[in-house]
Amino acid sequence: MISINSMIDTLSIKNLHVAVEGKPILRGVNLEIRRGETHALMGPNGSGKSTLGLAIMGHSKYEPTEGVIELNGVNILEWEPDQRARAGVFMAFQRPISIPGVKMADFLRHASTNVRRPERKEGEELIPMREFRKELRQKMEDLAINQEFARRYVNEGFSGGEMKRAEILQLAMLQPKFAILDETDSGLDADAVRLASESIARIGGQKMGLLIITHHDKLLEHNPPDFTHVMLGGRIVETGGVELAEELHRQGYERIRKTYPDANEMNQEMVEQAVP
Amino acid sequence: MSTTAELGFTQTAFDAFLQSRDEPEWLLELRRDAWRQFSAMEWPARNLEEWRRTDFRLFKLGNFHLPTEPAAAPQLIPGLLNEGVEVGGQLTIVDSRPSQSHLKQSWIDKGVVFGSLSSLSRSHGDLIRRHLFQVVDPSYDRFAALHAACWCGGQLLYVPRNVTIDEPFYIHALMNDGGVDLGHTLVILEEGAEATLLTETSSPRPEATGFHCGATELILAPRARLRYVSLQNWSSSVWHFAHQRAILHQDASLQWTLGALGSRLAKVNQEVALVGPGAESQVNGVMFTEGKQHLSYHTLQHHQAPSCRSDFLYKTALQDRSHTVWRGMIRVDQGAQKTDGYQRNDNLLLSDQARADSIPGLEIQADDVRCTHGSTSGRVDEELIFYAQCRGLTRNEAIRAIVVGFFQQVFDRITIESVREALGQAIAERVREYK
Repeated sequence: MISINSMIDTLSIKNLHVAVEGKPILRGVNLEIRRGETHALMGPNGSGKSTLGLAIMGHSKYEPTEGVIELNGVNILEWEPDQRARAGVFMAFQRPISIPGVKMADFLRHASTNVRRPERKEGEELIPMREFRKELRQKMEDLAINQEFARRYVNEGFSGGEMKRAEILQLAMLQPKFAILDETDSGLDADAVRLASESIARIGGQKMGLLIITHHDKLLEHNPPDFTHVMLGGRIVETGGVELAEELHRQGYERIRKTYPDANEMNQEMVEQAVP
Repeated sequence: MSTTAELGFTQTAFDAFLQSRDEPEWLLELRRDAWRQFSAMEWPARNLEEWRRTDFRLFKLGNFHLPTEPAAAPQLIPGLLNEGVEVGGQLTIVDSRPSQSHLKQSWIDKGVVFGSLSSLSRSHGDLIRRHLFQVVDPSYDRFAALHAACWCGGQLLYVPRNVTIDEPFYIHALMNDGGVDLGHTLVILEEGAEATLLTETSSPRPEATGFHCGATELILAPRARLRYVSLQNWSSSVWHFAHQRAILHQDASLQWTLGALGSRLAKVNQEVALVGPGAESQVNGVMFTEGKQHLSYHTLQHHQAPSCRSDFLYKTALQDRSHTVWRGMIRVDQGAQKTDGYQRNDNLLLSDQARADSIPGLEIQADDVRCTHGSTSGRVDEELIFYAQCRGLTRNEAIRAIVVGFFQQVFDRITIESVREALGQAIAERVREYK
C-alpha cells in the first residue's frame, strides 16, 4: 500500500453490496473515480448515498456482503479506516462527530502527520509544531475561519455551518487523493456555500477525485461534475453528465422513480424501515 | 468484625505510642478519649449504605503497626506536583514522620506557620487546640476514631489575616513498603488570607503495601481563598481510609482538586460545608483506576448559609476489573436560600469488567435554590473512534486521544499548570492499547 501510494489514481467500486444489521442497503453499486474527476451523487432520501460514503471509509457497522472497493486494483475492504485515510481517501461527514476535550489543532496535527507520512508508527514524532501552526493559520485564513477555531475542541459546540467549514479545513489540510463530500453544503447559508464551493474547487484542483453528495446545485456550480450518478433503492440507476444534475435540480426525481419502478419500490421500503 | 488480631494496634502498643510522644496533656487526653471510642466501636457494618458496595474484609489492621520507631530512611521519589514550581514552603513526610521541612523566611516574617503538625503541637499548641477535630468528627466511625487516637506526622498550614501567599506550598508524603500513614492535614486561613497548597502521596514501588488512615480539615475564615490539591498516588496495594472536610465562612472561596490514582481500596468522605453567606467552592476530581482497585468516594456539598455556590465535577476512567463508587449529595438547609449547587460525575469504562457506581443526590430544605446534577457512564463511543480513524489516527491513537480528551474538561478548571501537567502525564502513562 505504501510503495504504490503516490501512484494511486483510481478508486473503483465494483458490484458493492452493503448491509446494516443484516438489512441490505446497497445492492450492487458500480462506480469508478479517477483523480481529477468530479462526480455528483444524487438521489432521494434513503437511497443509500451516505451508506456508500461510510462503506468506502470502512465503518464497521456497514458490512460489505459482496463486491470490492479498490485503489488501483488493490481491494481495500479489509483495511481499517485509518489505512484508507492514509492511502488518500477522505470523507467530509454529513454529521461531523464531536470529540470533547481534543483541540482541533492537536487533532489536525496528528491527522496531518499520519496522512502525509503513512508509514509513521504510533509514538513517532509529529510534524513540528511551528511549521504546522503556520500552515494551519494560512489555511484557516483562506477559508475565512476564525483563528480561535484551532483552540476549540473538535466539533464541540460548533454550529452546523461551523462544522461544515471545519470539515473543509480538514480536507484542505489532509490533501487527499479522493474526497467524498457528504452534503457539505447543507447547513450553510448562500455566502458560505459559495465560499465552500470555491475552496473545494481550489483545494481539489486537478489533483483530487471528488464524489459530491448533494441536494443543491450551488456546490456543483463551482465544481461542475464530469459525471452525475443517480442513486435509487441502493443502486446507481442512471449516470450522465452535468446536464443530468441540472435536470434533477429543476424537476426532481419523478422521472427517475417512474423509469425505475423496482428500484423505487426498494427505496420506499428502505425509507419505511428507517435504517439510519 | 472486631479486634481479633490487631497486634500492631493493641492497648500496649498504644500506651507505648503515647509514651513516645512529646505532646501537651490536652492532646494526649484527646488521644486517650478517641482510643476508648475506637476500642468500644465495631468496624462499619457491611449493610450500611456507605459501605455496602465496598468490601474491606481483607483489610487486617493487625498487619500494620503504630509508628513508634523512627521511620526507615526514605527512598527519594521525585514529586510530580512541584516540578518546575518555585515553592514558598516544602515538607517531606515518611511513614507519618516528618523528614524534611522548609519555609521561606519571608513567610515566617509574615506570621505564616507551616510544617509538621506533630512537631508544631508544642510551639503552637493553642492554635492547634482551637481547631483540631473541629471540622471532622472523630467519632464518625471506627476509622475516624483510630485516626484521632493515633494520628501523627501530618501537616499544618496557618496563614494570618490578609496575608496573600503567592507561591504554592508543597507536601510530599511517602510510605515505605508495609508502612503506615496516619497523617492529619490542618489548614487554617484567617480572614482575607490566600494560599495554594499542593500535596501528594507516593509509594516506593508499584506493589508496596501500606495503610493510610487520615483526616483533612480545611478552615477558611471570611474572604479567605484556598487552592488545595491532593494527589493520591500510592501503589495499588495501599489501604486508604480518609475523612476530609472543609468549612467556608462568609465570602470564602475554595478550589479543591483531587487526583486519585493509587490504592487497593479507598474509602473517602469528602465534604464541603458552606457556613457563611456568599461562600464558593469548586471541587474537581480526576481518577484513573486499573487492576482490581476499588475507590469509593462519598461527597457532600452542604449549604448551611444563603447565597453560596458549590460546583463539583469528578471524572473517572476505569480499566481492567476496577470498581469505583461515587455517592454525591447536595444538601441545602432551610435558611440557605439563593443556593447555586451543581454536581456531575462522568465515568469512562475502558473494559467490560470495570464497574462504576454513580449515585447523585439532592436534599433540599429551602425553596429558592438552583441545584442541578448529572452523571454519565459509558464506553468509548465507536462513532468517535471511527471519525478519528477517518482522519488517519489508528484505533489506538484515537482511543488515547478520546480518553485524554475526556479529562480535559476537568483540566480546564484547574488553574495550576504543574498540576494539569502531572495529572495529564499520569493519565497518558496509564492509557493502554485497547482492542
